[in-house]
Amino acid sequence: MTGIERIAEGFESARASGRRAALMPYLMGGFPDLETSRRIGIAYAASGADLVELGVPFSDPLADGPVIHAAGTAALGAGAKLHDVLEVGRAIADHIPVIVMCYANPIIARGLERFADELIDAGASGLIVPDLPLEEAPAALGVCDERGLALVPLVAPTTPQERLARIGTQARGFLYTVLLTGTTGERAGLQDGLAGVVARAAASTSVPVAVGFGISTPEQAAAAAAAGADGVIVGSRLVRAAGEDEDPVAAVGDLVRAFSSGLTG
Amino acid sequence: MSAVEHRFGPYGGQYVPETLMPALAELEEAWVCAREDPGFRAELEALLRDYVGRPSPLYEARRLSEAAGHPIYLKREDLNHTGAHKINNALGQAILAKRMGKRRIIAETGAGMHGVAAATACALLELECIVYMGTEDMRRQRPNVERMGLLGACVEPVEAGARTLKEAVSAAIRDWVTNVESTHYIIGSCVGPAPYPAMVRDLQRVIGDEARAQILERTGRLPQRVLACVGGGSNSIGMFIPFVADVEVELIGVEAGGEGLQTGRHGAPLTAAGLPGVLHGAFSAIMQDEDGQILEAHSISAGLDYPGTGPEHAWLRDSGRARYVPVTDGEALEAFAMTARLEGIIPALESAHAVAWAVASGPSELDLVCLSGRGDKDLVEALELLGRK
Repeated sequence: MTGIERIAEGFESARASGRRAALMPYLMGGFPDLETSRRIGIAYAASGADLVELGVPFSDPLADGPVIHAAGTAALGAGAKLHDVLEVGRAIADHIPVIVMCYANPIIARGLERFADELIDAGASGLIVPDLPLEEAPAALGVCDERGLALVPLVAPTTPQERLARIGTQARGFLYTVLLTGTTGERAGLQDGLAGVVARAAASTSVPVAVGFGISTPEQAAAAAAAGADGVIVGSRLVRAAGEDEDPVAAVGDLVRAFSSGLTG
Repeated sequence: MSAVEHRFGPYGGQYVPETLMPALAELEEAWVCAREDPGFRAELEALLRDYVGRPSPLYEARRLSEAAGHPIYLKREDLNHTGAHKINNALGQAILAKRMGKRRIIAETGAGMHGVAAATACALLELECIVYMGTEDMRRQRPNVERMGLLGACVEPVEAGARTLKEAVSAAIRDWVTNVESTHYIIGSCVGPAPYPAMVRDLQRVIGDEARAQILERTGRLPQRVLACVGGGSNSIGMFIPFVADVEVELIGVEAGGEGLQTGRHGAPLTAAGLPGVLHGAFSAIMQDEDGQILEAHSISAGLDYPGTGPEHAWLRDSGRARYVPVTDGEALEAFAMTARLEGIIPALESAHAVAWAVASGPSELDLVCLSGRGDKDLVEALELLGRK
């Protein structure tokens, strides 16, 4: 099975489990340390996650707010390397599909093809590159397509209609629909017009629409599903728990179960 | 082909979050309109003349020449209003922001010179101004922090990483991602995603245009060598570009050698010539480890303390048109003191790097050096270091 097929299966399994949208928690690889991050990923899978987004820590994460930025810095400080993070991914991929989130430079430094081969070898199904917009993506898309690895693009509230259509056509796996104009992080409320945002994204593409940035409560996740999202990505809330809680594995398990309930029924 | 270069050879591009892509397109369109608009050009030229004091003088540094054993002319960007070349770019972009209807300006600063220039332009043009600055740089460039406050700008301290220029740029980009509708980001150097490197170059080439005419008028010939310091590379690109077609003129960019290239503690990505990569939206020469993590730069001079550089410089290097050399902290400090004693000019520590190479590396028939800024901001730091020697 290719990565693209496995991601499609992840979205389908959500429906089979009674969730109105697939639940995709984010994990910072190597945070708070490698072994704990591996256990967090497995706890995600056991608690109702349908897919997981695995972050590769980067020194200069321009799309991330303070929580994920700090987690990445801590992971690098603790010595996490790309290879180690992919080993964490390998362990999680035994349970659910893994989509790796990595900024452009670590990929360029490795070499596109070698990077993609290492992802495939570690059982990853997709790749999200938050600083690789449409114009810079053709080479990466070619390399990923050859390997059945889903290169997942992002669209933002600022993306104009015509551009959205071009991105939607190139989307593989799912279309990562950013809900707010800003960096990742928890927000008190969701932006108005959520259903319109989701509908606009869905009209541009044939792959599922997953929404993220600012979803930090089960109620917000439920609202996103009610607005028609096929998938819901939860990041900073879980990373914060992984950093703050005395028993991070149990804490994120509880949170993911709560998000899963929010999406069920 | 786009009206503004996105690539210089393989370098450049737009490696930014999708949220910013429409803003970059809007900026590019506004810039293309503005630079063709006689009204914009007249407004900028009048301010550069009456407010900044352009053209800046070309000065024959006789005693430095004597010490070097060959003639050295200084392009006196230190005599601009606000004390550096940064005002050329800041004013141009502030006028552009106003035309675009963006009333909120953000900027990053290392040495504080760009922050002061942006704060100045915003005071003049009635724009709100927020300047991101690493707390280590706030410590070593205290007077500039106070100047920005007096000019009505808000200085946002940045605590991440080494608390210097790289983190200040990252913080500014994150602010822009969040407030892109209302805000223009006045980036201070020829770095960042397109159209910034080309736009900043176009706003800074006034340095080289003036200097080329001045040296021809004064000496009847072109210089053998044109030298300028390179952090992000805006004074050097502005100085170099008008000379690129003069193939007999050697272009030399002087990078921060820090404690020496072999120590790894430097700010010389062009000279060190490791693998190129992406930093702050552009593919260029950068300092990185084998996993593609960006390394911290080191320089005595906050303005050169940056692990990346403008993409056009990387291309000028690869194409062989310019060459890049390192000058260490100690050599720059010596040139700083020497320029003060011999010429009565206190140069910025950044500019002192270019002077150091010009003086130490003869022979040359005629050197033209960009003295990009004045050194008042460096007094506390430099005097302390000189006292220790």
